[in-house]
Parts: sequence; C-alpha cells; structure tokens
Amino acid sequence: MYMTLTRWQKPEQNWTVTPFRRMTTLRDEIDHMFDRAFGQFFESPTQTQLGSGWVPGVDLYEDKDAFTVKCELPGMKKEEIDISLHEGFLTISGERKHEEQKTTGEVYRTERYEGRFSRSLSLPSKVNAEKINATYKDGVLTVVLPKAEEAKPKQIQVNIK
Amino acid sequence: MNAVANNEQRTVRPQPIQNEREREHFIPRVNIVETDEQYIVEADLPGVSKDGLEITVEDNELTIFGRRNDCHEVPNAQVLYQETRPGDFRRVFELDPAIDTSKINAKMQQGVLTLTLPKAEKVKPRKITVGE
Repeated sequence: MYMTLTRWQKPEQNWTVTPFRRMTTLRDEIDHMFDRAFGQFFESPTQTQLGSGWVPGVDLYEDKDAFTVKCELPGMKKEEIDISLHEGFLTISGERKHEEQKTTGEVYRTERYEGRFSRSLSLPSKVNAEKINATYKDGVLTVVLPKAEEAKPKQIQVNIK
Repeated sequence: MNAVANNEQRTVRPQPIQNEREREHFIPRVNIVETDEQYIVEADLPGVSKDGLEITVEDNELTIFGRRNDCHEVPNAQVLYQETRPGDFRRVFELDPAIDTSKINAKMQQGVLTLTLPKAEKVKPRKITVGE
C-alpha cells in the first residue's frame, strides 16, 4: 500500500519518553475503575479535560530480518497518516478530523479522540529505509522496517586449531 | 415527569459494567449524537473487522461485541515494546423506546463502527401546517 513518507520534522509532542505513557496507562486504568464502579455517572474524560491529547498505542516487534511497528489508529484515511524515519527514530503522526455532517443534532457523548497525534520511537538498530512497507487495515497501522544488512546477525566461522 | 428525567429515558445510554465477565473486555470509546430522525453511535474498535463484530438487540438493550483479529500478532517475532493490550471489546447500551430496532443499520470502516438507529415514524417530529 502506498503511504506518504515525509521528510522528518521535529515532532510537536515527542512521546518517546515512557513515563508519559505510563501516566496515560495509569489514567486509563483509573477510567476503567471509575467506569466499573460508577458506570454512567462518570463521563470518560475527554482530551480537553485532561489536556493530554490523543496518544495511540504503539507496539514494537523484532524478528531476525525486520522490526514491525503496530499502531492503533481507528477511523483514519491512509492519506492522513504520515510516517517518517530520521536517525533511527520512526515517527507516526496525523490528524483525525471531525466529520462535519454529524454535528447537526444533540451530542450525548464524545469519548472518541480527534485531532493531531504524533508518536516517535527509537529503533534498536539500523534499518533499510528504501524497503519500509506500511499497511493500514481495520484501523491498525503496520509498518515493517527491514533491518540493514550490517545490523543482521552474522554467523562467523571460527577455526579452532 | 420533568424535562431532565424525560431526557434521561429517551436516549441511547451506555450501561454500567455489571459482572466479572464484562470486566475482561475493553470498553470501546463512543460518540453518540441524536437528530430528529435517528441516533448515530460511533465506536472505536481497532483491530476488529466486519467478521469479528456481533451486534445484538434484546428488548431495549443493544450489545456491541468486537473480537479482535490477529492484526496484533507478528509470527516468529519477539515483543520489544507493547502498549496495546490484547482483548475483545464489549459495551451494552440502553435504547430509547422510540427507536425502531428492526431498522438499525451498522457499518464498519477501518476499525470504526457506525450504528444508525432510526426512530419509529410516529415519534418523528412533524410539521403541521395551520389551515385558513
């Protein structure tokens, strides 16, 4: 699938720092706890209430040939997702836009995130930037980054005399 | 009946989590909008395809159940870092009795479920022209 590979720019929010994510995870836990205890009486907090923005979940996998990054981005168009690579940092960013035609009416709940997001993560070793491949299916983005030849494990023959 | 109580009854209302089984599932984030003709419910279900979706209506309760596909698995790979958690989605809604449950329509697109729940003809607001 074709997807825009843009020039790297300094991310607006650099979420590589894990403590932030831990806070978000903790916040999610608290949300769920409140949901369980009080159900409808507590609205799930929106991004404006907490000012935390949209932090889509990211996973990183490694096998012998490649790194695979998965990112949960429900309801996007593939043109709205930007992927860039710079000095070993992979950045996934984009914007989920509000759909205009649905705003006419009484709004009861807006728990879904909208607006900009940006996630960066540091790749453990060099990748072949020419061969990066991205797919977007069922609201999950998958980026496969083949390892650079020099980063692949090599078998070395040692002759013992 | 006062206006607030009336409004509380006549909506699509998510139900509180009631039992242990429900706690094992993720609660999808939803948006709910009401227009004169219908309600629109949108739910984020990343990793759920059309085939993994079950929507049931019983009495005036609507249940969304989304089974995640294998899009979170990478065969023969090890996990270096993980923020997403595996698990299926489930959420129950109490429906406005004005909804015509035989006409509920569902659409799934890139992990977002859009449900349209039309109101029965008789409850739609009607314009009445005053004769001479």
